[in-house]
Amino acid sequence: MRSGRRRLSFAWIATLPFFAYTILFLFLPAASVLIGAFQNDKSGYSLSNIRTLFHHPYIDAYEGSIKLSLVTAAIGGIAGLFIAYAALREGTPKWIRSTLTTFSGVAANFGGIPLAFAFIASLGPLGVLTLFFKNQLHFDITAHGFSLFSMTGIGLAYMYFQLPLMILVIAPAIDGVRKEWREASANLGASQFQFWRYVGIPVLMPSILGAIILLFGNAFAAYATAYGINSGANLITIFIGAYYSGNVLNNPHLAQAMAFGMFVVLAVMMIVYIPLQRRAARWAK
Amino acid sequence: MAPSAVFWLLLGGLYFFIPLLTTFLFSLKSNQTGKCCTAANYSWVIHNGEFWHTLKISFLLALETIVISLAIFVPTIYWVHLKVPKLRPVLAFLALIPFVVPPIVMVVGLLKFYQGSPNWFYAQPWGFLAGAYVILAFPYMYFSLDAGFRSIDVHTLTEASQSLGARWTTTLFKVILPNIRAAALAGSFLALAIVMGEYTIANLSAFHTFPIFIQYVNETQGFPAGALTLMSFGITWAAMGSLLLVGRKRGTRAAVVAGAR
Amino acid sequence: MAYLELQNLHRDFGTVKALDGIEIELGEGEFLSLLGPSGCGKTTALRLVAGFDRPDAGAIVVDGKNLTNVAPNKRDMGMVFQAYSLFPNMTARQNVEYGLRIRGKDRADRRKRVSDLLELVGLGHAADRYPHQLSGGMQQRVALARALAIEPRVLLLDEPLSALDAKVRVQLREEIRRIQLDLGITTLYVTHDQEEALSVSDHVAVMYGGRIEQMGSPAEMYSAPATPFVAEFIGTMNRLEGTVVDGGVEHAGTTLRIEAAQERPRGERVLVLVRPETVEVGPANGGSGVNTLVGNVVTQTFLGPVTRLKILGEGVDVIADVPTQKALSLPVGTRVAAVLPAEGARLLVLKEDLPQIPEEPASASR
Repeated sequence: MRSGRRRLSFAWIATLPFFAYTILFLFLPAASVLIGAFQNDKSGYSLSNIRTLFHHPYIDAYEGSIKLSLVTAAIGGIAGLFIAYAALREGTPKWIRSTLTTFSGVAANFGGIPLAFAFIASLGPLGVLTLFFKNQLHFDITAHGFSLFSMTGIGLAYMYFQLPLMILVIAPAIDGVRKEWREASANLGASQFQFWRYVGIPVLMPSILGAIILLFGNAFAAYATAYGINSGANLITIFIGAYYSGNVLNNPHLAQAMAFGMFVVLAVMMIVYIPLQRRAARWAK
Repeated sequence: MAPSAVFWLLLGGLYFFIPLLTTFLFSLKSNQTGKCCTAANYSWVIHNGEFWHTLKISFLLALETIVISLAIFVPTIYWVHLKVPKLRPVLAFLALIPFVVPPIVMVVGLLKFYQGSPNWFYAQPWGFLAGAYVILAFPYMYFSLDAGFRSIDVHTLTEASQSLGARWTTTLFKVILPNIRAAALAGSFLALAIVMGEYTIANLSAFHTFPIFIQYVNETQGFPAGALTLMSFGITWAAMGSLLLVGRKRGTRAAVVAGAR
Repeated sequence: MAYLELQNLHRDFGTVKALDGIEIELGEGEFLSLLGPSGCGKTTALRLVAGFDRPDAGAIVVDGKNLTNVAPNKRDMGMVFQAYSLFPNMTARQNVEYGLRIRGKDRADRRKRVSDLLELVGLGHAADRYPHQLSGGMQQRVALARALAIEPRVLLLDEPLSALDAKVRVQLREEIRRIQLDLGITTLYVTHDQEEALSVSDHVAVMYGGRIEQMGSPAEMYSAPATPFVAEFIGTMNRLEGTVVDGGVEHAGTTLRIEAAQERPRGERVLVLVRPETVEVGPANGGSGVNTLVGNVVTQTFLGPVTRLKILGEGVDVIADVPTQKALSLPVGTRVAAVLPAEGARLLVLKEDLPQIPEEPASASR
């Protein structure tokens, strides 16, 4: 045993690359965004870039991103909850559960540029569905106000990864709702609805809140899907992207300030989320 | 089955399949006439040099990411499980950071921090981009591997191996690694899926990878892009399918949510 | 006049007959235990009464009303489950209050009734704790109070003690009985633990293979088991196979003089059932007396006031409970004579092979 201990005493060196790596590729770059956001072109410090964020068009881009993320998180969260419950509840064949997990795993990972194109091919101006509606059903969705390039259209595409993400995250929690609770509730005279109102939803609430915050962050960080559909969308990630891919890096500090702003939005979400979560989970261990 | 269950499952199923089906129909249309049906778009993709070139770059990048990730994460997680389990929450917290930080913020930071670094690093996908992708893969690798290590008794295995006279490196390679193979594979497939689909960082740092090629075709070719999209979807399926196959074995209830948004 | 009636209940799961014609009549305020090994259908029967499952045939009648097709939430049955049935997001008080809240009872009445019930189960001090802050025994008390809160027509208990420690189990079962008597509530109690069933019930129904083997008072079940299965399942019993001959039963080469044998036709194969506490044991002194089986003491099991001896001899396999004081003079290896009583023993006609009793994992005593 003694010799074993001696042999192991230098083995911690093997962990050095890991810590060096996280510092070099995670912490220092993050710190440089933080510092850069408060710098100006002449490498002095200033708040001017931060102040710019509060003006048109940047503030609108934040608003667009936050709205899109909130809406897709809420709708995706609720619909995902229902789909997951439909697959896991009693009476649904077992194979549906594993199939749903597999498909959700794939769909949650099928994002970005290919997803954008799948929606262009479906609901774009020449999309198969658009033409099908127009030619077969004589219903022109464009004339009725739908555009894939709008926030609604981008939101529809986002749902393709929001729904399965919700299903994957919430399924274990739904599995945790015990049969005994449902039966005890019925036994005491409660309807299905009353069970969900007083027991099921409150028990799931901490998990639902956690999942929805995850969905929010997921949509808020998304860039490629929106870019693939409409490279001029009014989203903060598109704005940041434009500063780099446009090959005109006129004010990199502004891009860093915008990135810093995204941090702040996520931090605010966490500040709202944590007390909500604590309240919802006050009964838990 | 309850009618409401049928409704929701049908809704979910339609949402999943309709875009795939329409993309497939789209990909069969002729690029010249816009009429169905031809396999010409698929043949266009397969005979395109850029397709193979960028696919190769992305695939090699994925391999590099996997190798680097395993090389730095496995010894660390092993060490933490064996000697300082108190550090496990710290590692878990670190692993969550790349989850929380949007890739676009990450690339902004990386570009600023590494601006002016040597060309062999900054201008090469094998340097800068692989460096970023290891961080992207970190959460998926970490949670897969951590689950793998938790499912085996690291202590007993290590002590048994040492009592037989093995050095710790021998223990790691001959005893520990074979036991966490499934977990390492699961993490690797997730990393593969991420790198093969990653657009944001590659685009902002101006590297020519497979997703960049897809977007180029989207913008310029129309119908062939449908074929390319389905092929990309096939890659996701293959990676996820392999993940589920290795996941059947014990010790890999890994996070299965990667993504290139 | 029966208050609760289960009429000819049938329930099949695939090819398995979970219930094969159950008939039960229970008077108001009475306590009936359904006792049997796992898979005997006792829980199925309880779930049918609660309404979580529907019978394939038969009816459930309470107080003259046929409830067979009434939804579970309209039946007014209070049920206590095995474990983990408390709503985790509610305190003990809120759990007990749940049924009253659903019924839209007045708030002040609710509070009063909930407090009374929590006092009744001895948890007045823990009203505001969440389930995870309560021990298993306390959780089951809350579950009991919750079931009682709605003043149910029938109280249903589904192995409510099986997840608890032995000591808590004994304490709680006595309390359940006390409360049941206090409130005079008709109760159906499912258990696999015969000691539990015998100690708290007015009536016990032993079930096996979806049928009721025997139903009666605990004393009847103990002293007069009607079938080999019941004999085996309830208490500890010597089961001696033999053949009816003139003047008794022939077993292991000895003729046992058993009163009950006189009414049986000669040559019939029977089981002689003898409780271990009725067997007299003394040192063997050569000659064989009446009803005496000779063998060696092979094990001694200390049970407190009595010690259980296992006696093996040629064709002889008997257990006997003797006063511990006396057992000291009969150490393992002693050659002893076990004298069976002529009167206390019962005879059962052996119709078929004896059923095998499945192992019960959580069984405490047997």
